[in-house]
Amino acid sequence: MKTNRRKFIKISSVGAGSLALAKPVLGWLPKFLESEGPLDDSKAKKFPTYCEICFWKCAGWTYTNDKGKIWKIIGNDEDLHSNGRFCPRGTGGVGMYYDEDRLKTPLIRTNRRGKEEFRKASWDEAFDYIAERMKKIANKYGPECVALFTHGSGGHFLGHMLKAYGSNNITAPSYAQCRGPREVAFFATFGRGLGSPEPTDIRDTKCLVLIGSHLGENMHNGQVQEMSDAIDKGATIITVDPRLSTAASKSKYWLPIKPATDLALLLAWIHVIINENLYDEAYIKKYTYGFEQLKEHVKNMTPEWAYGITTIQPHIIRETAREMANASPAVIIHPGRHVTWYGDDTQRLRAVAILNGLLGSWGKRGGFYLPEKHHVPEFPHPKYPTPTKSWKDAFPGQYNLAAETLASGICDATIPNPDRSCNFKAWIINGTNLIETLPDRKKTLSAMESLELIVAIDTMPMEITGYADVILPECTYLERYDDIRVAQHREPQIALRMPAAEPMYESKPDWWIAKELGKRLGLEDYFPYENIEEVLDWQLKQIGSSLEEMQRIGVKTFPRQEGSPYIADGEDYEFNTSTGKIELYSLALEDEGFDPMPVFTAHPQPENGFYRLIYGRAPMHTFSRTSNNPNLHDLMDENSVWINPKVAKLWGIKNDQYIWLKNQDGIVSTFAVKARVTERIRWDSVYIVHGFGHANKRLSRAFGNGASDTQLITNVMTDPIMGGTGMRGNFVTFLTEEPSKEEVES
Amino acid sequence: MRYAMAIDTRKCVGCSDCVVACQTENNVPIGYCRDWIVETVAGTYPNVEIELRSERCNHCDNSPCVRCCPTGASHYEEGGIVTVHHNECIGCGACIQSCPYDARYSHPEGYVDKCTFCLHRVEKGQKPACVSVCPTKCMYFGDLDDPNSEVSVVMRNRNHKVLAPEAGTKPHIFYLT
Repeated sequence: MKTNRRKFIKISSVGAGSLALAKPVLGWLPKFLESEGPLDDSKAKKFPTYCEICFWKCAGWTYTNDKGKIWKIIGNDEDLHSNGRFCPRGTGGVGMYYDEDRLKTPLIRTNRRGKEEFRKASWDEAFDYIAERMKKIANKYGPECVALFTHGSGGHFLGHMLKAYGSNNITAPSYAQCRGPREVAFFATFGRGLGSPEPTDIRDTKCLVLIGSHLGENMHNGQVQEMSDAIDKGATIITVDPRLSTAASKSKYWLPIKPATDLALLLAWIHVIINENLYDEAYIKKYTYGFEQLKEHVKNMTPEWAYGITTIQPHIIRETAREMANASPAVIIHPGRHVTWYGDDTQRLRAVAILNGLLGSWGKRGGFYLPEKHHVPEFPHPKYPTPTKSWKDAFPGQYNLAAETLASGICDATIPNPDRSCNFKAWIINGTNLIETLPDRKKTLSAMESLELIVAIDTMPMEITGYADVILPECTYLERYDDIRVAQHREPQIALRMPAAEPMYESKPDWWIAKELGKRLGLEDYFPYENIEEVLDWQLKQIGSSLEEMQRIGVKTFPRQEGSPYIADGEDYEFNTSTGKIELYSLALEDEGFDPMPVFTAHPQPENGFYRLIYGRAPMHTFSRTSNNPNLHDLMDENSVWINPKVAKLWGIKNDQYIWLKNQDGIVSTFAVKARVTERIRWDSVYIVHGFGHANKRLSRAFGNGASDTQLITNVMTDPIMGGTGMRGNFVTFLTEEPSKEEVES
Repeated sequence: MRYAMAIDTRKCVGCSDCVVACQTENNVPIGYCRDWIVETVAGTYPNVEIELRSERCNHCDNSPCVRCCPTGASHYEEGGIVTVHHNECIGCGACIQSCPYDARYSHPEGYVDKCTFCLHRVEKGQKPACVSVCPTKCMYFGDLDDPNSEVSVVMRNRNHKVLAPEAGTKPHIFYLT
């Protein structure tokens, strides 16, 4: 299949045991790159943008060459998210624009869903098709039965359209499938969630603790940069991971923990800090609630107790706890980002928050700073209608602490149930490939079967677009204006995105799509403007800037209104919790009937011959959305499954051999995946990078490359507190012979 | 003047940003590269160490590629930067064979291409694209003859090594360890 392509990698100069990564292979040669040497920057034009390849939204400049063609993207030196240095994905963002597989025209389905047979349509025809069905759904079931899934900047405009239509069922998988548990846990503890970018003061920390968080492989740009600064300054890094992650390899302590036991380690750390009096008594007294209960709660959770569970030796647990305490308050037990692992994730993140609370790192230099964002007024519009139904009706009495809509909740509430008032009838899906995003794919497909309308708005054909009734091609971020970036940081800062080129093909920006669809739904009063420039200029003028100014400078920083980003020693500070203090003992959780302090529960371990499926990121890709990007595909064109050499020997699996993965429910990976036999992974686990194994043939480069972890995640452990979907409880075994078609499809 | 680069292996995360930034800056065709990432793994779980390195032309003092070039296309620029005059290159590939670092490739248009230390940027006082994009700031570039250049300073303060010292090429990419 593609087994021969990698022979183009030249590894002759590399010593034994080395691996040439990211050395591109001969491949597609785009016309635009031929015969052009480097260009003189002075002949180039530059346009401000902020990146859309991931959620970090770094601000920079899109350069066009002397022929007006998009050339390169460089960070804006004033930008707090990137400090002028884009990550590989942002630098390779040009490939998103030049990808010849892009969606080019609106498409309307001609065969059953999933068959991926469509006909070209005009924008008018596509809008009429959607508007007619949305009006019918509003009349028959109520507008609340339309949901919007969105992950990207376009969601702002599409969300406005949906709220005007009468539904506030707007969701992003980034909550229940990703960072939701930590938001709930930190809110319960400190009265404040973390948000994005997380306010971790890594650049000034003396001790950074990463628990399964693989900074450097996830390119959360500002954090990766600050981790590097911290290394320069001699900070202690402690990494807990069953895999020698890149971050683990740079750590003073790597704790190769038995997967699914992190909570026991956290509780033992809390035990050591309390038991050895490593905390600041005056601080605990002034700022925290429930210390005595916590002390009693962890009294038997000794390092020796945790050793039997985690396989981390007691003296290492003690030593690392002391390292943290020595650094206090300039210490960060990092909350991580993708934390939906085992279904008790809110409680695990509560233990992380409690540990930070005990060590006094909240609001401290080198700990967590208090971020601030600038207020930018909304462009005036009529009041939205008040919805009478919501996704929450499907879960009476459940998930009361979830502060955002659950994407998986909307999926569940779509599967018809006569007892419910809110059965969804239409999904509008923007910039999120739900097939690769939501676990338990069978459920997603079953939910979609009962929908009367599926609209996908994307730049690329994806698995999800294959299920749409109508596909609308949005233009890439390099070809459009978008909402102003208003993000939290040490100082409030805004950023502008403007087009560097006209949209290619018939693609259109989301602000235009929302406005035109809104007009056809009779919502023109909500869109009282011709162009987005009017809206942006009005908004910017309210805060003392203008579109003209932002086009020149790209980012603008404002003075803080809320005082210092740090809490002064001894300052009277009221936390936004019911007690006004850091709640080591959570009254909010107790009120909802949950453990007020985290309790360790054992999770299932793999049976003989099975290995826990762990997944993560590669620095050159974001989710499943970049795998076809010509520049980024060139850096990494497939994922591989990491297998410990002892395990590989047992199975007779050789390095670079293509194998298939089969999970505990008999699901077999559609495509073969290359084995990477490496000492960097535990013997009870395997690891793959998320986002590969694309099954949509319209992705000419990415199709069939590697395995999809999401396909193998059929066991979901739901967090009872906030509905997060725990995805690390899946186990796989290996097939070394090509499975039959029936076996793959079963 | 002697240009050199020092790369801190303690900070490099192997993200390949240097690779893609070089490709876009220099219009290197997709499928080819002037710099790349190498990972070495040593030890047995859990006593494992890895090293990540961004590699490229070493701009050697004693460059086998310049010596073996039949047309003089491969040559030294000011500051010891080794480059190829594309219009003088006949694409024979002798230099590709002679390089102990595997740093050169045949461009689809028939000439041999490689890292230029972004001479076009350096001439204007800018840093090479890879250095200026690196999120971990693990690369230092400058004039070794200037004791105050960042590369001189960092090399004075840190242990460093070169690749394939046995080749006797006197390379000018240094790895801080």
